[in-house]
Amino acid sequence: MSHQLNLTLKVWRQKNAGTPGKFVEYPAQNIPTDCSFLEMLDIVNESLVQQNIEPIAFDHDCREGICGMCSLVINGVAHGPERATTTCQLHMRHFKDGDTIYIEPWRVGAFPLIKDLIVDRNALERIQQAGGFISARAGGAPDANSVPIPKQNADAAMDAAACIGCGACAAACPNSSAMLFVAAKVSHLALLPQGQPERTRRALKMVKTMDSEGFGNCTNYYECEAVCPAEIKSSFISMLNREYVFAAARDSVSMI
Amino acid sequence: MATLDSKIPSGPLEKKWEKHKFDSKLVNPANRRKYTVIVVGSGLAGASAAASLGEMGYNVECFCYQDSPRRAHSIAAQGGINAAKNYPNDGDSVQRLFYDTIKGGDFRAREANVYRLAEVSNSIIDQCTAMGVPFAREYGGLLANRSFGGAQVSRTFYARGQTGQQLLLGAYSGLCNQIAAGTVKMHPRTEMLDLVVVDGHAKGIIVRDMVTGKIEAYAADTVLLATGGYGNVFYLSTNAKGCNVTATWRAHKKGAFFANPCYTQIHPTCIPVHGDFQSKLTLMSESLRNDGRVWVPKKKEDCGKPPGEIAEEDRDYYLERKYPSFGNLAPRDISSRAAKQVCDEGRGVGSTKLGVYLDFSAAIKRLGENVIRERYGNLFDMYHKITGEDAYKVPMRIFPAVHYTMGGLWVDYNLMSNLPGLHVLGEANFSDHGANRLGASALMQGLADGYFVMPYTIGNYLTTQTGKKVTTDHPEFAKALEEVKARTEQLLAIKGKRSVDSFHRELGLLLWEKCGMGRTEQSLKEALAKIPQIREEFWKNVNVLGESNDLNQSLEMAGRVADFLEFGELMCLDALERRESCGGHFREEYQFPDGEAKRDDENFAHVAAWEYVGDIAKSVRHIEPLNYENVHLAVRSYK
Ligand SMILES: Cc1cc2nc3c(=O)[nH]c(=O)nc-3n(C[C@H](O)[C@H](O)[C@H](O)COP(=O)(O)OP(=O)(O)OC[C@H]3O[C@@H](n4cnc5c(N)ncnc54)[C@H](O)[C@@H]3O)c2cc1C
Ligand code: SF4
Ligand code: FES
Repeated sequence: MSHQLNLTLKVWRQKNAGTPGKFVEYPAQNIPTDCSFLEMLDIVNESLVQQNIEPIAFDHDCREGICGMCSLVINGVAHGPERATTTCQLHMRHFKDGDTIYIEPWRVGAFPLIKDLIVDRNALERIQQAGGFISARAGGAPDANSVPIPKQNADAAMDAAACIGCGACAAACPNSSAMLFVAAKVSHLALLPQGQPERTRRALKMVKTMDSEGFGNCTNYYECEAVCPAEIKSSFISMLNREYVFAAARDSVSMI
Repeated sequence: MATLDSKIPSGPLEKKWEKHKFDSKLVNPANRRKYTVIVVGSGLAGASAAASLGEMGYNVECFCYQDSPRRAHSIAAQGGINAAKNYPNDGDSVQRLFYDTIKGGDFRAREANVYRLAEVSNSIIDQCTAMGVPFAREYGGLLANRSFGGAQVSRTFYARGQTGQQLLLGAYSGLCNQIAAGTVKMHPRTEMLDLVVVDGHAKGIIVRDMVTGKIEAYAADTVLLATGGYGNVFYLSTNAKGCNVTATWRAHKKGAFFANPCYTQIHPTCIPVHGDFQSKLTLMSESLRNDGRVWVPKKKEDCGKPPGEIAEEDRDYYLERKYPSFGNLAPRDISSRAAKQVCDEGRGVGSTKLGVYLDFSAAIKRLGENVIRERYGNLFDMYHKITGEDAYKVPMRIFPAVHYTMGGLWVDYNLMSNLPGLHVLGEANFSDHGANRLGASALMQGLADGYFVMPYTIGNYLTTQTGKKVTTDHPEFAKALEEVKARTEQLLAIKGKRSVDSFHRELGLLLWEKCGMGRTEQSLKEALAKIPQIREEFWKNVNVLGESNDLNQSLEMAGRVADFLEFGELMCLDALERRESCGGHFREEYQFPDGEAKRDDENFAHVAAWEYVGDIAKSVRHIEPLNYENVHLAVRSYK
């Protein structure tokens, strides 16, 4: 049954990248336990407006855990304390009356801060634009059943494809590595027959762009897997490593 | 008086699209890059159109308000996408998909458009598979299907409970390819705030960069709007928070007709409302009705009891009782109204009594928990996160919620509005779903429009525009730019007492009560009297903090809510003038004794397309008659 909580928030507020930011304390009062974390922030924002204080800026859209737009570090953990849960799907029943909650943006060098809790994650898009696709022109595709795909392969591809591209993996990683994201994207297409023709090119280009965007290296902390709301397995990172080595070898052979 | 020429090709239904493709004008590949195409929206419709047009060689500028095109609201679609593949060999065909869709829409859609949709549906599945969409498969490696409402065949393709996500990621990957190739320039976090019309043609847009606040103009040879639906006019809906009517409403005020705004879809299976703080409603996919049974207690006294204590004979499986042949898979409008009826009778469940059970116990007994987990695991998880309840053990509680809007900007067979140069795709147009959309057919329509229709029909307009290029130097751009800037400053200058959100909630609640699942002449007149009052107070008393030249979410919302406050009035006006019940539009005065919707084919077998004339209350209602040459208009029966 729903009851209400009184909480203290310490929220990171920062006008823009050029201005230093700081934690500001706000009370969050009479918060129903049935509401989501973002609805809690809505309630706080409503009271800030009443006091003529500019509301806290945070990214969100679908509020059902699928668009990957919400992005908060809650008490030091990307997307907060619940496993396999985005910030928007985190509900206040997981907090206790009187709790103090620290709320911060993703802190990753490759994600410059825009305002308050909002960062620029375009680096992820540029990685995908480097090769995260199959070139298939509309109209020229063969019948969808002409290439049967064993169920377990299709399922494994879907496990990887479930990534919502939120960037929590990089936010949680001590090295700010985006390996889990890149691994999910590369593995999804590498596991399907349709992804084979561009497989080598794709892995090389995406990894190269990941490096040039300034994400760190993966040194196997596995913090990414722990926070990933889509439960992307770190075994995909091993798969990416294999893809990359194989691709690099193929690439050097073709250079000869 | 303007006439609405739907440009439906002549000839037999099955040959129309083929003929039209042949008759359509082509733009020479070498000339394509000379044409600039603006695409607003990067959901299934926008992303597929932008990618396809880029691939063909046009110079595309694509806009979306999220930080990435792949976060467009299409991502949230759960259940699946229809196609007439007939892989299960259960009697499906293009003709049947066409008929089901026309009938599902309660005979208020254009035959030719719906037939074309059914016709291209199979290519969509082929295309998406080729792009790496991991559709569900059977052990033999072939594609799997499931059933959706309003159909007696299994024609829905799906990727777990995340079909929209996978289709959008597919379309987005195509877009990435074109962005990398330089044919598409992507503008994320950029909101369209007005349409620019030059000499009666749509030739550009005014946008606000949501990071820097800069207001800028873009010119093009044609503008495509693929900006989604307006369900958020109700405040609470299953749509993403940012979904808005701004792009289509601004285009309407610049001359584009708005068709059938009263056709809104209330989805039967959503998690019930549970508090005033609630910011959105969450859908539980219709696919759940494949295995879940809907019921309420037969007796009011039982409603407070835990469901497990209510004996089988005391349960009313009302959909199975009323619609034995479709049962739990009756179409959405019918299922929603049936839920409202039992709740109105006082037999609703849950703390608010606005809920019915969706019970999986029989399916779990029959198939085992694992099978149910495999089919719907992510939906059960989502339900658990939101409600804290385990639906493997206790039945889900569900209630109807605003979900989809069939109304939208009027378009002809080429997907062009009455305003030349403006094309409208996906949920933003009105074209294919009549008065009620069947499940799994919006994804189909979005991708049909973007991959398979627009690339063929765009030439029909562009070839009329050779030598007529306009640039942002044209005075119309400066004028529109100044108007948008002034409006932004005005919103910030009000400095009243109420938040933007409070106005949005007030409007939403009013519309839900007066223009929601049931509408009457009186309720609509009440809404029409009240909306202008809320609007007036908004422009006097809203408090939008922050600055214009900065990221400012209150300002963004204020602009959208201001447009909803205008649009809501047109929606009620349309509902008032349509004196019949059809599909999602249920006028309580027009029903059969058993409570089924009563259409009036004699007087209302037409599209109502509204023209803006400076005052919403005086909007002019134009009519496009719907001529049925191939299907017989009948009372819809799912019994
Ligand atoms: C929860 C949910 C589940 C659903 N499940 C299914 C299903 O299983 N099967 C099915 O067929 N259908 C389903 N639907 C319906 C279907 O998802 C949508 O109708 C469809 O995806 C709409 O696609 P679209 O491309 O027209 O618009 P959207 O995907 O909504 O995209 C709109 C685009 O326009 C942009 N935009 C909007 N306004 C502006 C502006 N002013 N300026 C700049 N950009 C703007 C947005 O950024 C976005 O890119 C579901 C809908 C919901 C809400
Ligand atoms: S791998 Fe997980 S954490 Fe990383 S972007 Fe994808 S969904 Fe987010
Ligand atoms: S807001 Fe979409 S995932 Fe959280």
